Amino acid sequence: MSKGKYGIHGGQYTPETLMNAIIEVEKAYEHYKNDLAFQAELTELLNDYAGRPSRLYFAKKMTADLGGAKVYLKREDLNHTGSHKINNVLGQALLAKKMGKTRLIAETGAGQHGVATATAAALMGFECEIFMGKEDTDRQALNVFRMRLLGAKVHVVTSGTMTLKDAVNETFREWTTRVDDTHYVLGSVMGPHPFPEMVRDFQSVISKEAREQILKKEGKLPDAVIACVGGGSNAIGAFYNFIPDASVRLIGCEAAGKGVDTALHAATIANGSLGIFHGMKSYFCQDEYGQIAPVYSISAGLDYPGIGPEHAYLHDTKRAEYVPITDDEAVAAFEYLSRTEGIIPAIESAHAIAYAMVLAPTMTKDQIIIVNVSGRGDKDVAAIARYKGEDIHE
Amino acid sequence: MSKHIIIEENKISQIFKNQKAFIGFLTAGDPCLSKTEEFILAMAEAGADLIEIGIPFSDPIAEGPVIEAANERALSVGTTTDKIFAMVARVREKTDIPLVFLTYMNPIFVYGVERFFAACEKVGINGAIIPDLPFEEKGEVLSIAHAHEVDVITLIAPTSQDRIQMLAKEATGFIYLVSSMGVTGVRSEIKTDLAAIIADIRQVTQTPVAVGFGIATPEQAATISQFADGVIVGSAIVRIIAEHGAASTEPLTAYVKSMKAALV
Repeated sequence: MSKGKYGIHGGQYTPETLMNAIIEVEKAYEHYKNDLAFQAELTELLNDYAGRPSRLYFAKKMTADLGGAKVYLKREDLNHTGSHKINNVLGQALLAKKMGKTRLIAETGAGQHGVATATAAALMGFECEIFMGKEDTDRQALNVFRMRLLGAKVHVVTSGTMTLKDAVNETFREWTTRVDDTHYVLGSVMGPHPFPEMVRDFQSVISKEAREQILKKEGKLPDAVIACVGGGSNAIGAFYNFIPDASVRLIGCEAAGKGVDTALHAATIANGSLGIFHGMKSYFCQDEYGQIAPVYSISAGLDYPGIGPEHAYLHDTKRAEYVPITDDEAVAAFEYLSRTEGIIPAIESAHAIAYAMVLAPTMTKDQIIIVNVSGRGDKDVAAIARYKGEDIHE
Repeated sequence: MSKHIIIEENKISQIFKNQKAFIGFLTAGDPCLSKTEEFILAMAEAGADLIEIGIPFSDPIAEGPVIEAANERALSVGTTTDKIFAMVARVREKTDIPLVFLTYMNPIFVYGVERFFAACEKVGINGAIIPDLPFEEKGEVLSIAHAHEVDVITLIAPTSQDRIQMLAKEATGFIYLVSSMGVTGVRSEIKTDLAAIIADIRQVTQTPVAVGFGIATPEQAATISQFADGVIVGSAIVRIIAEHGAASTEPLTAYVKSMKAALV
């Protein structure tokens, strides 16, 4: 009976109140994913509105400086709204339109998914309400105003740890009160089936393009693809079309915060264990009684105690590797890419850059790494200044 | 089918015989486990027919703010599943009122499904309500729970629609009918056509139906009990405990008496 399984992971662990709403999404998605008119409409939106395909940029100075593998950057930061989140949001918003929904709700961590959802809502004429933890509205104040500017109502979540996990809880609660006209635009490859599969499909455009682009530029596949992982949507998007290519290492970078040996991290694969939460069976940071642990990362977008079920499966089968990256390493990479290539990455994406900086020098010059720059770092500038002890006012 | 019959004759369904049942909920460990023990006994004494004991969870996504806050209070004083089992064992020495746990899938799964239900059987827990375990996923729990003589209570919601009979057919113990959309919490008015849903359920099963979510006053309890077999009250009880803390025994007793008396 259980659907949406990735090995032992995934499933549909959802209150009965929401089951029909979720089955409705599942049926609509099953229908429209094979509907040529729907796919054509989505492609037009992705290309003409969001600016796809995103560039695959050869980071020449970074490559020379690291002295090993050639580093290519997949520039999801150049998408409209500044991150990969728009890929999924346009897909789900279009689906919601076809389902006759008039209202979109979403959780957001760093604010990028909230901004993307508010943007699609403005474009397509939906009412829009975004749930964001108080910790995150404080550290990503600019994105809060951006969402309001786009016409969305932003709810500040003050329950629990007041971060992404709690924003997800509140959005599920809100959906429970009003399913008739409302679609929950889940922002990552998590939650109950069909969300992990649907969000992955919408994000897989990243690796579909990157695979074609690298074959065109280099005439061969990359040796490694690196992406940051919170829930894991940009990573699964960057990995997906390379999964059958056994020679391509797939590397996810988790937020290690102050270090995986401290209590302040969000490294689910490194320190988590099997559990059932937010609609899915997967790995979670939790205690021996199954209480979800308060997690920490400098990056609001990676500050999540779980990981999408397909990543859990890729980890189990050893098809992908997951490495922890600390705040310090991410901030160093944030500055490094800014100075070396003139690209300010999102602090989330800086976790992937940080591992490329470790890996590239260990590889040969004819080898290739693709790093997914999932978002741009404008939103993080003030927070990084504070991290470095500089007193600036936005 | 034989399993079905055994379960039907169990302790939980007995409480609906020849009367309307009052089911009260509280969160274990709020404000502390020794008080929870005292409150359960007081509610049983005051006429409650079954007590739902919430095992607190860090992220209770089906709960409204009142019960969510109770979960936080309980966890903040170090309440754990093991300590709750020990508390229930003490309660069992003093009362044979049916007891049902309410908790989420993760505390059960991480404790170990077999270990959890074996412990339930040992201390005398008769059922479990697991809000985030829908029909589609119950397979991994049901046979283990039944092997330990624990009913897994079926929840039916106003949105269940074409799922109602599928869900009701396999229900044991009682059916928990969610009165209205949203999370737990006190509501001034309940608009869902519950009588129609209950009529749907009756076509496929004789398992008793108790209505919960939003019921707080004797008037609401009286109205609901005209067509349901029982009423379930959570947030209103938890609110009394939030207000009176360790001194809740008296107001809880008075409240449960007034609610039980209102059932028709």
